[in-house]
Amino acid sequence: MALPARLERAVLLVPLLALAAAAGAGRRPPERAAAAPVLRVCSDPNNLPFSNARGEGFENKLASLVGSELGARVEYVWWAQRRGFIRNTLRAHECDVVMGVPTSFELALPTRPYYRSTYAFLYREGSRFAVRSLDDPRLKRARIGVQMIGDDYANTPPAHALANRGIVGNVRGFLVYGDYRQHDPQSPIVDAVARGDVDVAIAWGPTAGYYARREPTAIAVVPVSPQIDLPYLPFVFDISMGVRREDTALRDRLDEILDRRRASVDSILQAYGVPRADRQSS
Amino acid sequence: MLSACMKEGSDRRPVSEARDPAFTPAPGAPAIAPSATANEDGQWTMPAKDFASSRYSGLAEITPDNVRNLKVAFTFSTSVLRGHEAAPLVVGSTMYVVTPFPNILYALDLKNSGAVKWQYEPKPEAAAQGVACCDVVNRGAAYADGKVVFNTLDNHTVAVDTTGKLAWDTKLGDINLGETMTMAPLVAKGKVFVGNSGGEMGVRGWLTALDLGSGKIAWRAFSTGPDNEVLIGSRFNPHYASDKGKDLGVSTWPGDAWRIGGGTVWGWISYDPALDLLYYGTGNPGPWNPHQRPGDNKWTSGIFARDPDDGQAVWYYQWNPHDVHDYDGINEQILLDIDTGAGTRNVLVRAERNGYMYVLDRRTGEILSATPYGYITSSKGVDLKSGRLVVADDKIPQMAKVVENICPAAPGMKDWQPTSYSPKTGFLYVPHQNLCMDWEALEANYIAGTPYVGANVKMYAGPGGHRGVVSAWDVANRREVWRVTEKFPVWSGTVVTAGGVVFYGTMDGWFKAVNARTGDVLWQFKTGSGIIGQPITYRGPDGKQYVAILAGVGGWPGAVVAGDLDTRDSTIALGMANAMKDLPQHTTKGGILHVFSL
Repeated sequence: MALPARLERAVLLVPLLALAAAAGAGRRPPERAAAAPVLRVCSDPNNLPFSNARGEGFENKLASLVGSELGARVEYVWWAQRRGFIRNTLRAHECDVVMGVPTSFELALPTRPYYRSTYAFLYREGSRFAVRSLDDPRLKRARIGVQMIGDDYANTPPAHALANRGIVGNVRGFLVYGDYRQHDPQSPIVDAVARGDVDVAIAWGPTAGYYARREPTAIAVVPVSPQIDLPYLPFVFDISMGVRREDTALRDRLDEILDRRRASVDSILQAYGVPRADRQSS
Repeated sequence: MLSACMKEGSDRRPVSEARDPAFTPAPGAPAIAPSATANEDGQWTMPAKDFASSRYSGLAEITPDNVRNLKVAFTFSTSVLRGHEAAPLVVGSTMYVVTPFPNILYALDLKNSGAVKWQYEPKPEAAAQGVACCDVVNRGAAYADGKVVFNTLDNHTVAVDTTGKLAWDTKLGDINLGETMTMAPLVAKGKVFVGNSGGEMGVRGWLTALDLGSGKIAWRAFSTGPDNEVLIGSRFNPHYASDKGKDLGVSTWPGDAWRIGGGTVWGWISYDPALDLLYYGTGNPGPWNPHQRPGDNKWTSGIFARDPDDGQAVWYYQWNPHDVHDYDGINEQILLDIDTGAGTRNVLVRAERNGYMYVLDRRTGEILSATPYGYITSSKGVDLKSGRLVVADDKIPQMAKVVENICPAAPGMKDWQPTSYSPKTGFLYVPHQNLCMDWEALEANYIAGTPYVGANVKMYAGPGGHRGVVSAWDVANRREVWRVTEKFPVWSGTVVTAGGVVFYGTMDGWFKAVNARTGDVLWQFKTGSGIIGQPITYRGPDGKQYVAILAGVGGWPGAVVAGDLDTRDSTIALGMANAMKDLPQHTTKGGILHVFSL
């Protein structure tokens, strides 16, 4: 199988970066020719369904897929995905790729999006709060769980949208950071729906879809409508892999893999229950 | 060197304003004195020097006439690279220095040019890297009864004896829940008082008292929630109507938003032994956006007076009801006693983030005055009848809307960096910033796998183009008497001496001595890194007066150096990076203690 020239360059580039880091840490001098290629992935060690240190997240599966396509061993650099994540990892040259970033993210160079998901309503099947729209009047009296960011005055789109509609007193916030001591820090918002602590929850699609399947109760996962709440509050986001801004060679290589292995990528996402909101045309 | 500096600063602006008879001192009287100061023993046993938080030293060997002869006595590298905000302590012939994470406590021998006697390493949790993302500073230790007490980033309060042996270690919170501790404890009446940080992460703020002897928790007072958890009971008697009522820590929030409502306690505590009251401020409400938390959001962004024995609240005042600008209410309060001729008035002076210099009656919590000490657009004043800040509606940040020229910016007119007060001049020496902010367009962001749209905050220098100020504030006449302007925010504390000299440091690494009466810069020394620490002065074992400062740039404005932030992205560090783009050209990181004497 002949690799196009740009791909060969990318494959070569990766182990060079890894070895440079090792040499900087005072190890033995690099033996570039003999080294096995390494793909260094920065990832959160405890953030299912995305990733964890046991390799149980869909981003772990995607990293393995990409690693094998590159003929590279995947090496993780673990760092909690909080404010400062990209700065401390990708930009600090601790790694070469982050498996998930919004496509319009400015801190990294994104690949073409490999999925588009949406915030989703969650409610127990058969509930009288089977809402599909933010404008459903039942939201005024439902007990609602919503994901919180609390960063830089910013919050999740549903948190803003509810506040803009004056729906505040019946809203319960669930920090996306969760309790980092637990195996599933992000599950409490979905658990609350299953237990009946809230009538409706609004959560980012991958989190909603993954945990809804694991509850003992049947939970409906319904995309939030509208997709964009005016004046400008999007509920759907394109997600890409991200590399350093200057690392166009690796970005190109990843684009090629994501394109060629689209079916495999899709089946991984499907296995994790990621709700898709991809454009029909593509 | 000196003249260049004079050009940079010393823009003295007389401000005329009516005198307020309520706290104008009697003519010729020894006017305004800090409460609760001990006789000068030459030591420095707590960051604020005394319970009144005066940061005033009675030492007078160094004067405006001889300060130009100051020379380095010794230096010491802490081996830590993050921002050094702590005040060193001096107890007998030993100096104690606590570093940022990993919070090493060093004991230095002052009889031997600061040689290390011992070091204590608490080894805080580093496994969950990135969990405590923003702030790894530590604001210092406190000494009492043979123990050096300090907090670790991972929420332990630790007491170490004078031989370096651990006396006790009490875990007070969990870093895995976003909680951290960065403040300096206050020790009074056999108790250690400490608070938490992490309001942005959904942490609920508290002040906790521990027994100094055993480290056992005596009480904990939350900043939100029902009265029994806030320790509000029959003694609570706030001055203003808006602070009266049952369970306001619940009812001034929608639903149970108070459970993750912020109000963390990461700043300064003062104590009045005569009234037997503790005073401390609470952080801003978080992590909710203003629209998601209609109501006053008690008891965030305000100040409590409490009984140190049982923690019961005695009064409360809210600087920023329903805060919309991230104005934490955690700054230092200086306790002053004013002889009015008709008796003594016990007041509390606070240079608040929102830009007003408050004078409160510290028995009752009544505001006597609230006077701007810098350029303010975010509010229109304080209504002294109701006690309420009058917020400017057009400067309230809103999503999907551009709001320009919000002054002061989120760090406020002044952040945590503490003020000093000299009873000789009657002036406060206020280190602060001059920053405004724009609330701009939206951009995609991503945390814990979850995309959202964030606001783009940009900070920049306010009127005059300088970003930092040290001003002398005449307490009796409620006016600025002089100011020194600085290129960068003045993120260090100040100290003032009986000799008539004020010391402070700049973020580009100049340690400066200025004349306490005139503001003339008398001496300066370029340290190895930018300064965000708290200067102290003490009498050494040889009887001489020394001045000490930890250099080591970092903190919120210094993160662009200490955290190697990319200044091309103007919105990082909560918009601060835009205001600090040029700092990396002026300084590099690294913690170094500098000690000077004549």
